[in-house]
Amino acid sequence: MTELSIQLINLFASILLLLAFAMLAQRRVINLVHIYAMQGLTVVSATSIVAFVTHQEHLYYSAVMTLALKVFLIPLVLHRLIKRLDIRWDVETLINIPSMMLVGIVLVIFSFNLSLPISKLSTSVTPGTLGIALACVLLSFMMMITRSKALPQVIGFLSMENALVFAATSATYGMPMVVELGIALDVLVGVFILGVFMFQIREQFESLDISHLENLKEE
Amino acid sequence: MILRQIFLQSIVSGASLLLAPLLMGWVSQLRAWLQNRKGPGILQPYRALHKLFNKDSVMADTASPLFRFAPYLVFGCMVLASAIVPTFSTELPLAKAADAIALVGIFALARIFISLAAMDIGTAFGTLGARREMFVGFLAEPALLMIFFTSSLIAHSTSLITIVHSLTGSSFAIYPSLVFAAFAFILIFLAENARVPVDNPSTHLELTMIHEALILEYSGRHLALLEWAASLKLFAYSSVGIALFLPWGINEAGSDISFLYAIPLFIFKLFSIGILLALIETFSAKMRIFRVPEFLATAFLLAVIGMLTYILLGA
Repeated sequence: MTELSIQLINLFASILLLLAFAMLAQRRVINLVHIYAMQGLTVVSATSIVAFVTHQEHLYYSAVMTLALKVFLIPLVLHRLIKRLDIRWDVETLINIPSMMLVGIVLVIFSFNLSLPISKLSTSVTPGTLGIALACVLLSFMMMITRSKALPQVIGFLSMENALVFAATSATYGMPMVVELGIALDVLVGVFILGVFMFQIREQFESLDISHLENLKEE
Repeated sequence: MILRQIFLQSIVSGASLLLAPLLMGWVSQLRAWLQNRKGPGILQPYRALHKLFNKDSVMADTASPLFRFAPYLVFGCMVLASAIVPTFSTELPLAKAADAIALVGIFALARIFISLAAMDIGTAFGTLGARREMFVGFLAEPALLMIFFTSSLIAHSTSLITIVHSLTGSSFAIYPSLVFAAFAFILIFLAENARVPVDNPSTHLELTMIHEALILEYSGRHLALLEWAASLKLFAYSSVGIALFLPWGINEAGSDISFLYAIPLFIFKLFSIGILLALIETFSAKMRIFRVPEFLATAFLLAVIGMLTYILLGA
């Protein structure tokens, strides 16, 4: 039973990495939100399996909270935001996707190498997942750097938080409940504030391209 | 014992020869249904083959012996390829002749000869098709090799038979690395068999065609052989997919009774792959040829990540 659970957690870790790459290659904003919701669902499944294996009760609450927040509420808010901003069919021009993927591979190798000695010291049931979680964090980080529009950057930030939660659950069986509640609230408030912020950017520059923010304006 | 092996091999080879056009017909029939058309019927490829075999073959004046020889070679390659992939039995005497890497080589040999033959006549379309075919091929081949390497790492062998044995033999295990490999394989499957996001098998639109441009100059029995070879290639790729990612229920050496359900199970898997293929083809639009490198680079990277996860997770 434990053997199967470990394999399942490894499987979900791999799916998380797969989704991080899918996000990196995605051009349409609306699909990014879908991938984000799938990522949330993967984290929920992994968390509940870890909770089941280790009998840590607070992880169940964490899973339920993640389900409510990251699979339903935040994607819903993002959907409404996309509708209100009318960027549903926005296609973003990215810098050359194959080369970005290549950089992604380098990041994956880097984080796998980095985490290999750490995971050997680890006593958790799934030491290998730490490297994958680190790779997901770095990939989301790269997505935030390379995107030019505001909304994909926010989604990159959110998926980075997803990967961090996954790292915490699989490496150390989750953070204390208070910390987790705090982070969840932070993310929720962050999404709302960034949503308002996006409207402001749009009003000022008539575009969500944040490169406009670099220019000085004299009035 | 030898008689039994020859018997099994001939059943597997015969089944692949007969089932391959059926798979092609099933996919195009499903596509027609999904597009609210009536469709030509699932047996249409057989009728087309019958018609082509009864027609005279027309040769261009400039054709060299290579042009005449290429269809037989391509057909032979595909027959060999589908004979060495374990479809519903792993007891294949021919399978010892070639492992997964040699299988990629057999596909490459067929590709080189069909491209040479297309250039042989000297028409613009043939050359265009040949160039595009090589363009897709040189990007797809390393990805296919990487997929085979991922499963070879698990089985500690490049022989397809051993891979199937080690995936089915021991107790049930989930291999995350195979998830990546499976996604990469779907992309390669579409590109190599000239399916929709990369090429449209049912048009002769000169801007987009790849496979059709290659065989434009062929007619009669040569065209029939090439069409049959194309369906055999689809069949061989589907069998590779089944062997690597859905190997359960393949008949193992030594047991006779499982042969009875191995064949229906295999046909069921094949038809499910047909459904998946038709769905993918219906829901995706054909991409520009300059987007193809991006598509295939994604496949290659997924396969590489599969290998990396195997090294990290050990599964």
